[in-house]
Amino acid sequence: MNALSLDLQILNALAALLLLVSFAMLAQRRIVALVNLLAFQGALLAAATLLLAARTHETHLYVSAALTLALKVIVLPRLLHRLIRRLGVYWDTEPLLNIPGTMLVGLVVVVFAFGVAQPVAALASTATRSAIGIAVAVILLAFLTMITRRKAMSQVVGFLSMENGLFFGAMSATYGMPMIVELGIALDVLVAMLVLGVFFFQIREQFDSLDLQHFESLKEER
Amino acid sequence: MEFALLLGTPLAGALILGMVGASRQAPALNIAFSLVTLAAAVSLAVRVVGTGSLGFLHEQFFIDSFNVFLVALTAFVGLTTAIFSRPYMRVEIEHGRLNAGRLRLYHSMYQLFMTTMLTALTTNNLGLLWVAMEAATLSTVLLVTLYRTAGSLEAGWKYFILCGVGIAQALFGTILVYFAAEKVLGAAGVSALLWTHLDAVKGQLEPAVMSLAFVFLLVGYGTKVGLAPLHNWLPDAHAEGPTPISAVLSGLLLNVALYAVVRCKVLVDGSLHSRLPAQMLMGFGLTSVLLAAFFLWRQRDIKRLFAYSSIEHMGIITFAFGMGGPVAIFAALLHMTVHSLTKSAIFFAAGHAAQKCRSQLIERIHGLATTNPAIGWGLMTGALAILGMPPFGVFASEFLILTSAMKQQPWATPILLLALAVAFAAVLSKVQPMVFGEASGKRLPHSPALLPVFTHLALVLLLGVFIPPYLAQWYQSAARLIGGP
Repeated sequence: MNALSLDLQILNALAALLLLVSFAMLAQRRIVALVNLLAFQGALLAAATLLLAARTHETHLYVSAALTLALKVIVLPRLLHRLIRRLGVYWDTEPLLNIPGTMLVGLVVVVFAFGVAQPVAALASTATRSAIGIAVAVILLAFLTMITRRKAMSQVVGFLSMENGLFFGAMSATYGMPMIVELGIALDVLVAMLVLGVFFFQIREQFDSLDLQHFESLKEER
Repeated sequence: MEFALLLGTPLAGALILGMVGASRQAPALNIAFSLVTLAAAVSLAVRVVGTGSLGFLHEQFFIDSFNVFLVALTAFVGLTTAIFSRPYMRVEIEHGRLNAGRLRLYHSMYQLFMTTMLTALTTNNLGLLWVAMEAATLSTVLLVTLYRTAGSLEAGWKYFILCGVGIAQALFGTILVYFAAEKVLGAAGVSALLWTHLDAVKGQLEPAVMSLAFVFLLVGYGTKVGLAPLHNWLPDAHAEGPTPISAVLSGLLLNVALYAVVRCKVLVDGSLHSRLPAQMLMGFGLTSVLLAAFFLWRQRDIKRLFAYSSIEHMGIITFAFGMGGPVAIFAALLHMTVHSLTKSAIFFAAGHAAQKCRSQLIERIHGLATTNPAIGWGLMTGALAILGMPPFGVFASEFLILTSAMKQQPWATPILLLALAVAFAAVLSKVQPMVFGEASGKRLPHSPALLPVFTHLALVLLLGVFIPPYLAQWYQSAARLIGGP
């Protein structure tokens, strides 16, 4: 096996860190720290994109790295921190499954993710194909974060982390989506956050809390 | 020119109504914008019938025989819903459920929602299709929560999170399609996501990747179609939002999401040469039909009742697309049209009925035929039409679907017949006491919008008796385009 070049080694290290951050998010109950982890994940993503851009000399990857930095490291975490301060939600309640249990499920999820990604990775011609499995794992771990949390805010952070995983998947499988699509996705994510901001205040006005336990009235057989 | 008008008018409408949406003229403006959109859609349709498919803006957008009738249908129901919402929203304000600020939000978001749906229908780029579908969710979340009640907030949150997660799966599917396409079309950037380009080379796309992609795309867009077991958001969003939004969600958005699934299926079919996508569609379709039919019995809320009926009909259409073959696809397209028209008419009538009795609970609504015969008979006729009574159009399409099921998938016929019979009994037994029975309730402060209800029902009746030749030709050429194994 021939030795990997330095930039690829760094890329693989970044991918591994991404996965680690996903696990950290799974275990984190403080919402402020959760948002910081999300911003860190965004920063790793931006660094990986930049490195890939330097390697492949694709202009759209430079743009996409800048976009990631602006949106996921600066704008979104700021919006979320402001929401947290104004709504006063700092802690999530005990997750539906306790943390060691969640981590164990997370491990199984990662193995499954590599299994799913295997046929795609085998066909990929990009230098980063080994990272496709990590991308799928990040997506599934984010999904796990969403389903084990009760607070609306943690679910949203999970949702954004899932978007990070998707973005990383697109990058490692195909060096990113076409520019116009990436711009559209970024716009959607930004609008989604603004809609959520409004939405959270509506929920709080009604229930005096952002705990989703109140959301149990709409069930069948009332 | 018409194309710029088609997407530009609702967008401009969203911006202008965002500023003046609370004024007295706002409902009229809303109707005017929808009317211009419809005019543009009709004139485009006429051109496509003459010349075949058209591309716009460097092929980023296109109109072909499949999406043209959906564009026309979307613009048409958009207009009639705008007409309906004028008196409906006036009554809601009078009842104190809305204020001027929320009315402005409603008008602006309504036009934005139309923009996103028309963009999703006309775009040739699978990536933009995803962006537009997500934007369609986002523009309606705040409409579902328009009343700010506890129930509507819960419904809005469910809608946002479930559709958001669902649509994230579809994005992963889109990435996989792009990955497969890049191998064939080269890293030419944008062209590797253009549907027309992909369609030309679909035989060479890597089958392993495409089948994985289809699973994600079907689960993703299927969540928005409301296919069981991914349908949880649908009844809540329909029941808790304002009625005009229930009408466009049921009549239009579900169609647009199904359109996305079918577009992807055409590509996957070409690559796979197996019946896997067809079987998945049939499986999801039948599950939805059965589950919805039995859930219909348990509904106590008039709008939830018809929301479940939408799940049932989307299941029938998905099953027909899965079955494939010219007759089944023809029937599926016809069913998309008549379901959209009938269901929005029912929601219009149900909305006014609920306003009149000040409750959406079925047990509180009775005697509509005596106190307000037009609403009562509108609801009754709509219910009979959606249940597939002849001579309405739903009968024609369901008959075609059932007969082709007997030929192609005989095992599925008894399941479909059982579900249809259960649904028939459930809906009729609930609608009958609402229409007949003892009369009560006060008159509405404004006269209800009956024109949209009866226009839709008349069109459905017409489609049941006689399908105009140009429309049949549309369906046939669309069926050829979709093909199937």
